[in-house]
Amino acid sequence: MTLLVVACGLLLLTGLGALLLQRRPRGAAVFGVSGTVAAAMLGLYPCLRVLLGGSAELMCLPWPVPGGAFAVGLDAVSAVFLIPVLFVAALSAIYGVEYLQPFREGPAAGRSWFYYNVLVASMVMVLLARNGLLFLMAWECMSLASFFLVMYESEKPGVREAGWVYLVATHLGTACLVAMFVLLGREAGSLDFGRIGALPPAVAAAAFCLAIIGFGTKAGFVPLHVWLPEAHPAAPSHVSALLSGVMIKTGIYGLVRMLMLLGPPRTEWGWVLIGIGLTSGILGVAYALAQHDLKRLLAYHSVENIGIIALGLGVGVLGLSTGHPLIAQLGFGGALLHVVNHALFKSLLFLGAGAVVHATGTRDIDHLGGLAKVMPWTAAAFFVGAVAISGLPPLNGFVSEFLVYYGSFLSCLESGARAALPFIGAIVGLALIGGLASACFAKAFGIVFLGEPRTEQGRSAHDPGWTMRLPMLILAMACGAIGLGAPWAVRAMRPAVALLTHEPTAIIFTGTGNVLDLLGGLTECFWALVGLVGILGLGRWVLLRGRVVRQGLTWDCGYAVPSPRMQYTASSFAQWFVDWFRWALRTEHHRSLPQGVFSGTAFMNTETEDGFHEGLFRPVFERARWAFSKLRWIQHGQLQLYVLYIALTLVLLLIWYASHL
Amino acid sequence: MNVVACVQTVLVLLLAPLLPGVINRTKAFFAGRQGPPVLQLYFDLWKLAQKGAVYSRTTTWVFRAGPIVGLAAVLVALFLTPFGKSAAPLAFGGDLILFAYLLGLMRFMTVMAALDTGSSFEGMGASREAFFSMLAEPAFLIGLVAVARVTGSLSLSGMLANVSAETWLRVGPALVLIAAAWMVILLAENSRIPVDDPNTHLELTMIHEVMVLDHGGPDFAAILYGAALKLWVMGALLVSLLIPVHPGVLWKNGLMFLGGMFLLAVGIGVVESIMARLRLARVPQLLMGAMALAALAMMLVLK
Repeated sequence: MTLLVVACGLLLLTGLGALLLQRRPRGAAVFGVSGTVAAAMLGLYPCLRVLLGGSAELMCLPWPVPGGAFAVGLDAVSAVFLIPVLFVAALSAIYGVEYLQPFREGPAAGRSWFYYNVLVASMVMVLLARNGLLFLMAWECMSLASFFLVMYESEKPGVREAGWVYLVATHLGTACLVAMFVLLGREAGSLDFGRIGALPPAVAAAAFCLAIIGFGTKAGFVPLHVWLPEAHPAAPSHVSALLSGVMIKTGIYGLVRMLMLLGPPRTEWGWVLIGIGLTSGILGVAYALAQHDLKRLLAYHSVENIGIIALGLGVGVLGLSTGHPLIAQLGFGGALLHVVNHALFKSLLFLGAGAVVHATGTRDIDHLGGLAKVMPWTAAAFFVGAVAISGLPPLNGFVSEFLVYYGSFLSCLESGARAALPFIGAIVGLALIGGLASACFAKAFGIVFLGEPRTEQGRSAHDPGWTMRLPMLILAMACGAIGLGAPWAVRAMRPAVALLTHEPTAIIFTGTGNVLDLLGGLTECFWALVGLVGILGLGRWVLLRGRVVRQGLTWDCGYAVPSPRMQYTASSFAQWFVDWFRWALRTEHHRSLPQGVFSGTAFMNTETEDGFHEGLFRPVFERARWAFSKLRWIQHGQLQLYVLYIALTLVLLLIWYASHL
Repeated sequence: MNVVACVQTVLVLLLAPLLPGVINRTKAFFAGRQGPPVLQLYFDLWKLAQKGAVYSRTTTWVFRAGPIVGLAAVLVALFLTPFGKSAAPLAFGGDLILFAYLLGLMRFMTVMAALDTGSSFEGMGASREAFFSMLAEPAFLIGLVAVARVTGSLSLSGMLANVSAETWLRVGPALVLIAAAWMVILLAENSRIPVDDPNTHLELTMIHEVMVLDHGGPDFAAILYGAALKLWVMGALLVSLLIPVHPGVLWKNGLMFLGGMFLLAVGIGVVESIMARLRLARVPQLLMGAMALAALAMMLVLK
């Protein structure tokens, strides 16, 4: 516990150091990175200790702020979320040094380390806070620090708009959270989490709705996800990795914490979470398939994975509310493990995408291609991430999805017709999401890294240096380790699951139907798969030894002069899917078809705007702007009158206060 | 892992390439031709294993990994597949999910290897394969949920062994619907008519064959063998579902199961002989039809 607080202080101190050194980007980077890495090392130890069976800790200090004490605590749930935060933050920071090299001139690079460290420190604080006010303060710091990081290249107009969308979205979410904490605080008489409990059902339901909107905005539930595909691509890639990999998980953390505080969950909450999971999961990946921008595609995949996590939470809540402890364990366990898994592979993929952008200067998938030959390390790491995020065995994505699947299958076996419906929905949804995700990453990896380069930059690209390569490789290995060591990874989730299901840790996953044994069977199959790949590869090597192995042109049905431009593009690969989802995506086609025998230029391009952004939020905000423009006369630039406003407000407040005495 | 299951698995490894032979002989019979020998695929595999290899200069390690990982994935899926009513070498609760995802891994690797060639032709096949399997997956899983609910087991071996005459009397209509849905998926996933035509090598409408155009030698042998095994494992689920009795004795079970697989291959041959391939745009409707059948079965089971 103390170590974590020290880590937070260290992050803030080194952040300040980076700010002071902003004129010397190299020094600022050294300060920023060493602070993050040292803080991660300090912080990981207590988290691991708690997950391996250590007891939870709580620290309460008095502070001169109303609503309770300065309470910070570390329990298993916090630890599950803290580990990816610290791990990914440290690796992304190491990666960031080289990534920011091209921006050496100017103070922006130096200053960005200040925001980076503040972001990491505030995320740690959000996960430790046990008091509503402290939580909200840390939450706000996190939002602001990430806003400034998104605005890193603010001279670009697209970036500025993305930043504003993010700022508005996150504050609307925070407004809901403020309302939620006020509601809870009024019932409990204190904002300390420890005192909240035994709420009347109406209050609990209202708080749950506010939590869904407030935390859902940060996590990226459809339709509150609109800021995500704007802000994540706009930020520098190591920051995107941090935002998409771990920051959005603080929304999930908030939701999980609320589920713990609000008392026994109701069945309807489970239905709501599964509904949210299905819409976010399916629409997220459908939008991802229609994207041409690599980082935007990855951002939409975060929406999809948040959907999978919500499905897991929904299964858990339903299991808990209908009295099936094993199903609840599987749902919550799957959701929590997916939080960790998604943090690993999503940050890996963003770092990989960053290396591509770094080497080629473009994010447009259709302008890339053939990078596997010139960037073998990046390609290998990205490939691992792609297999993992598609939920394919033997990597980590499959393990967490397996838990959610298994919980849903179990409840389909046991429950009545009506109660089984959401679980069937979860199974069908997961199957559909899995199919779509593997198609989407076949597209992302296949078009970017395989085939022939489509541009000159692609031909001359090369792998980044070791400080950028190593973080990717470590993340890739972590994905493999959680997959091939699934029983251990799931065992580590037990203390956190125990907190959510209010059972002793010892019986989690070991009650009726021993899940840990079953995962043993699963890993046997994984190892069999790895072994067979080795044996078959060796077999082919033996067969081909001493025989003629030639290099030639791609056969392509005998067409002898292929050009890179004739390759299948990402848009053509995704065409079937985009057509199938046209009711949701509303992709616009701009084209001029070839005409006549000797046709001149012809072109076709497709554009998929976010339907919720354009169709739902833009009209609302246009109206709001029109309404507020009627008030613009108040803002006239005369300082004396502004002071008068303040004085008048104070007088009015005084009168109001006096009349209530 | 018991000895019987291992022996049975070895038997499957030896027998799987027979299925395409039986299908082709059936088709030849309908066409009034002599047809290739039943053992043709064995000859092909033997010949391909003797050859060297030609790799496109465009390709990378992904292209070389494709056939190997694909074959390894379907082999592990085979370890999970029961032999009629007799249990598979590996069985645990939830292995049905792993089974579905192993076939997904095989498909993913084939698609990746196809994209690695840089040929627009193979890209086209890859896109179609990814799309059609995305539609087939939910239907397959709904069928599994329904069978799991009827039999009260979550491992492939357990649930298929539990399908008995009593089960058929109780929920016969639902099982018929599931079998129909799985049959459609089996035809689609194994690139048979009416979804794909394994005979047309150079037509723009096909899916699987076009993705493997650039493979040769031992790699192509791995792909052909993997395809035969995939047909076997998916067929084995269908046949085990349709066998309504648990023979108890080992040789009776083996005889019934192998007889069932033979009939299935003949059935596929008949379907291929009397039907034309569907227009490509109609294939999604066929797969949605399979999903509707599976969903209907689920409703019957839920009541």
